[in-house]
Amino acid sequence: MTKHVVGTVAEIPPGGRKLVDVAGRSIGIFNLGGEFFALRNRCPHQGGALCEGPLGSCISSAGPGHYEMSRGGEILRCPWHGWEFDVRTGQSWFDPKGVRVKNYEVAVVAGKNLKPPAPDLVPGPYVAETYPVSIEQNYLVVEL
Amino acid sequence: MGSVRPSLIDCDVHAVLPGIAALLPYLSDYWREQIAQTGFKGPVDRWYSARAVAAAATIKDEIPASKVEYLQRDVLDARPELQWAILNYDCAVETLHNPDAAAAVASALNEWIAAEWLARDPRLRASIVVPSQFPELAAAEIDRMSGRPGFVQVLLPVRSAEPYGSRNFRPLFAAAARHGLPVGLHFGGAPGNPPTPVGWPSFYLEEYAGMTGVFQTQLISIVAGGLFDTFPDLRLVLIEAGVAWLPPMLWRLDKNWKGLRREIPWVRRLPSEYVRDHVRLTTAPFDAPDDAQQLREVVAQLGSDSILLYASDYPHAHGEDRAVTELEFLSPAFATRIKCENARAVYRFEP
Repeated sequence: MTKHVVGTVAEIPPGGRKLVDVAGRSIGIFNLGGEFFALRNRCPHQGGALCEGPLGSCISSAGPGHYEMSRGGEILRCPWHGWEFDVRTGQSWFDPKGVRVKNYEVAVVAGKNLKPPAPDLVPGPYVAETYPVSIEQNYLVVEL
Repeated sequence: MGSVRPSLIDCDVHAVLPGIAALLPYLSDYWREQIAQTGFKGPVDRWYSARAVAAAATIKDEIPASKVEYLQRDVLDARPELQWAILNYDCAVETLHNPDAAAAVASALNEWIAAEWLARDPRLRASIVVPSQFPELAAAEIDRMSGRPGFVQVLLPVRSAEPYGSRNFRPLFAAAARHGLPVGLHFGGAPGNPPTPVGWPSFYLEEYAGMTGVFQTQLISIVAGGLFDTFPDLRLVLIEAGVAWLPPMLWRLDKNWKGLRREIPWVRRLPSEYVRDHVRLTTAPFDAPDDAQQLREVVAQLGSDSILLYASDYPHAHGEDRAVTELEFLSPAFATRIKCENARAVYRFEP
């Protein structure tokens, strides 16, 4: 397990996302109301770019003709076939235990703790050694 | 019946009304006078000729299946292990555009079935005929008949003017659910629209073999319409539908539900799970290959040993399906389920 710096907190506003390549994998970083989540950008169905799909609500129903919305902006739909995934867990809506997309912990790390680069950090999109990492900024760190 | 253990329930046998005159004792004065003065023949636009796909035994009968004696000769007495036979009067009430005529004829048919069939043989059970094109009137007829001895199901023609999952049909299904009655969808119907989505076929063969498409449309509609969530106790019996088409249809339905389920959020589980919990199919016809291994694979793909119900479809004969004539070769336990246990469960018959 290696930590990768993948961006700053400031560049992904609430409701926003950023796609990054880390260690040969495409990963989507999502900001849900100030909390950050990372999902593999590959639908477990047929490999579609899941993290480029629309974010919406969880739709449930008390019966025909009733539509209840909850968790707005937290359900990701694959752009290929519409499978729905919970951004917080990577679990699919229709088979939470059996079908899920790989998810990763996202840590928010203050810049002052990244400089000088810790020995377990490796170059990522924000390379701690070469980027002008500011001690005033907070950075997003994914471990994989 | 004697000492033979009852081990067979025939979930589809038929009666044929010899003519509107047979209903006169069960109609009101108004309709008797109307029939006398107008020549109204009742529901006559049937989809089988009296001798289409008829069983060999009926060949010399005046009108096959028009008398309880014929049914006794060919089914009830011919199978000493038979416990019950369910009489499905697949008339054409849905052809009548006058709602009061349709309701009156349906009621009279139910009284005719009670008096001239059920009362004459204790081994018979029957389905309730309803004016399905008028769901509120159909619900009223279900309410009227539900307490009557021997009536165990509501019968609908699989062909209808719009799919049964439409909310317009909700009162009918609510009535069936209210009384704990399964709903049987039977081959045929003459609602006025064509039996295919691309218009009228030229030949009977097309309609006969193509009816599986109508069953598929209805089943998809009923699942998507949420009837099994709205009425958790609802049981649906597909009668004379064929069987082998079901697994591939469910593969497709399950697959597409995963991506489109937001449109129908009341459908909370895989469509195939609802079907296995709520839907049953009669075995005549079966439409499976005769090759034993292939047949086993088809049966395995059904995914449930509770889903099949034995039926003879007397007086019709669809050709000898090995799956019907040699049930035991699958396994004796499976054959027992198909021949009686599954029907006892869905119709809630005492053992």
